[in-house]
Amino acid sequence: MVAHFPNRLESGARLEGARALLETVGLTRDYPGIRALDAIDFDLQEGEVHILFGENGAGKSTLISMLAGANTQTVGEVLFCGEPVTLSSVHEARELGISAVFQEFSLIPEMSVAENLFLGAEQTKHGLLQSRLQREKARQILDGLDFHIDPNAKVDHLTRAEQQMVEIAKAFRSDLLVLILDEPTASLTSHETEQLFELIEKLKKQGVGIIYITHRMAEIRRIGNRITVLRDGRFVDTVDAKTTSDDELVHLMTGRVVGEVFPAVKFNPDETILKTTNLSSTDGGILDVSIEVSRGEIVGLAGLVGSGKSRFGQACFGALKLSGGEVEFKGKRPKRLTPRHMLDQGLLYLPSDRRREGLMMMRSARENIALASLNVKPFSNGWFLDRSGEAGIVDTLADRLNLSPRRVERPAEHFSGGNQQKQMLARSLTRDFDLIIFDEPTVGVDVGTRAAIYEFIAELCEAGAAIVLISSDLPEILHLTNRAYIFYRGRVQTELSGNEITETNVLSHFFEREAA
Amino acid sequence: MAEKHTKYIDLPKRLFVKLGILPFLLLTAAAVFTFMSENFLSGPNLMNVLRQSVYLTIVSLGQMLCLLTGGFDLSVGTVLALTSVVGALVMASAFAAMPDLVWLAIILGCLGGILAGTMIGVANGIGVAFFGVSPFMMSLGMTSVGFGIALFLTGGTPVYGMPQAFGDIFGFGSLFGIPTPIYAVVLIAIILYQVLNRTPFGRHFYAVGGNIKAAALSGIATRATLFWTYVLCAAMAAIAGMLLTARLDTGEANIGASMPLQSIAACVIAGVSLRGGVGRLENVVLGALFIGLVQNGMNLARIDSYLQTVVLGALLILAVIADQIRLRYVASLKD
Repeated sequence: MVAHFPNRLESGARLEGARALLETVGLTRDYPGIRALDAIDFDLQEGEVHILFGENGAGKSTLISMLAGANTQTVGEVLFCGEPVTLSSVHEARELGISAVFQEFSLIPEMSVAENLFLGAEQTKHGLLQSRLQREKARQILDGLDFHIDPNAKVDHLTRAEQQMVEIAKAFRSDLLVLILDEPTASLTSHETEQLFELIEKLKKQGVGIIYITHRMAEIRRIGNRITVLRDGRFVDTVDAKTTSDDELVHLMTGRVVGEVFPAVKFNPDETILKTTNLSSTDGGILDVSIEVSRGEIVGLAGLVGSGKSRFGQACFGALKLSGGEVEFKGKRPKRLTPRHMLDQGLLYLPSDRRREGLMMMRSARENIALASLNVKPFSNGWFLDRSGEAGIVDTLADRLNLSPRRVERPAEHFSGGNQQKQMLARSLTRDFDLIIFDEPTVGVDVGTRAAIYEFIAELCEAGAAIVLISSDLPEILHLTNRAYIFYRGRVQTELSGNEITETNVLSHFFEREAA
Repeated sequence: MAEKHTKYIDLPKRLFVKLGILPFLLLTAAAVFTFMSENFLSGPNLMNVLRQSVYLTIVSLGQMLCLLTGGFDLSVGTVLALTSVVGALVMASAFAAMPDLVWLAIILGCLGGILAGTMIGVANGIGVAFFGVSPFMMSLGMTSVGFGIALFLTGGTPVYGMPQAFGDIFGFGSLFGIPTPIYAVVLIAIILYQVLNRTPFGRHFYAVGGNIKAAALSGIATRATLFWTYVLCAAMAAIAGMLLTARLDTGEANIGASMPLQSIAACVIAGVSLRGGVGRLENVVLGALFIGLVQNGMNLARIDSYLQTVVLGALLILAVIADQIRLRYVASLKD
């Protein structure tokens, strides 16, 4: 079943003289009815970045949660520096020098950075809190990492990227031997990512072992030493990060050969459907943005996190307060710029953060899919819901998007990330939309589902809808759009179309231009 | 090999996850009280339980709406009191002015009382939906406001002088052997069930509690939904208030004090999530009946009334603990 590639690592190819910091032997985790992790043998050596790679639900999170002490194994052993250990709490793991930075932060928004850094290990003298000492130590840690964050700032006031830095800094409170990072760059800008990578290089030299989860191929090449691929809770292979090709990795991960992830889209630009002139928001997130979108094309909005591209999508949908400018949809100014009215006019915005803004996690997939179209046929006649009409269309959409498992009555929270995303995307077919704005449609989604989502977007476009694709993932902009606007600090920096959309072209507009 | 075995072991766990703690509590209570008093399982006594539970059931249905949207209403007791006092005052003065038009007095009194009680909900709704006041503070504040008004209007004494027919029909009357208040609760439950499960408006309560941002981005008027939540909750509490006034034959400012706790308890025992977004009407009816059943059983078993409040408080906490345990099981069972 498992393909063997010639560059498969034999034991001799490991870093010479390095000792194993962390090893697992036959690590298994059972949940009733499900084996989430099946006899995993894994090892992490001094000074290496060991990438964990696999689809959503492959067992990566389960594995790291056990290594970080947040979860315990059913069977199997964890060896730390050759000694068997029981990691029964995050605290215990941290004492040993194993720290994890999960995707979901464990920060207290109301407290300052320094207080968060020393949470659970407060600096005291005779039982009294030593706030000043704590602040100084916090500053030392932050300076040591070259993070420019004020230790007195309230975490609530920081950007998501800064909060991520604080979370990473927490790991440096005590001596660090093993650092676990779960998709750390998902919310970082390129600059901050660069900073993180430099930090990782530094840590590697100090002999720290790093377990790193990512879906991004470029990052694997950049910082990875070895890659362990998991599939359905099982170990598939451990390969060399520098020499294994993308195709091989995708093959190992999905068990099948995925040719091209991106479909070839047949663009057929038609009448202009959305036009904004000098759009600005009251929060200053977007400034004087003027763009046009036509039927039958996919327009990309690129830029760094916080560049205003996402806010712009919300502004067109009426979900953001405007301070000036005009939105013109289908040739006229909408009567009311509110989500309700825009939906009825045929515009849909699908938010990037499905957990916070997209889905009702405890409600069924059916209700989540139907959410944006409850007031129209076949979901209702305006006054009463049509339950069979709803069930019918939801079933069709679940089939079309290949929802897995195909249980529309199951709560959204019990689906994997990719399948949660499908529930949100399905909304775009619950009625005829003329323009659909996708905000980061593939965040935290594995390659297999990603390809399905691209295919889906392409089909919508070819069927004559206008698509706006807001994305921080450069390849998406490069391969999927026929025109792109690059945002920088709330403004449109430039418009690129067709062959102009190249990596260098796009990237060159990501950063400062004001000086020029 | 062990697969079949674990399935059987899992069965109570799966039932618990699927149904919540209510069926287990109902069975336990029925068994215990049947054992303690031979009258407990008799037909007349069970009908008695139904009749006594009417007021709590109606209030709990309103409370459920608030819990569904992720809030709660602590002022339901005050609504009962204010409704009772205003309703009785209006009815008594209308009856005194026009002794021949009994029905007009009854209708005016009911309208006046229910309108007064609903105004508490209007205030709650405006505070929560449009000013973003937390439901806790808003309804706590309105509890004091409403109670103060009720006491001010009556000087703390009961209001007499309502027509005899009001109490005879809505308090003690029965039709085909079933007490009239039961018809009221059945009607309200059926209408509310239809609204919650068969209309987009009903779905909006779940959506707002499920994820208010997602609801807003899906074109749902979240503020209007929140506003109507508190108005409807108070309106239902007000209806319960009028029914209770009929039963007592007087307007009382000191009724309903136990309603906030008991209605929230009924909902939580019935599996309505305190985090919003989850809850079924039919279970809430059972939850309210369960509390009525426990009270009735304790009366029959001659348990001291002061101790009864201890039991009810403990049951509420037990239900919340059970909800937490259930959440953990849900995470481990998934299906």
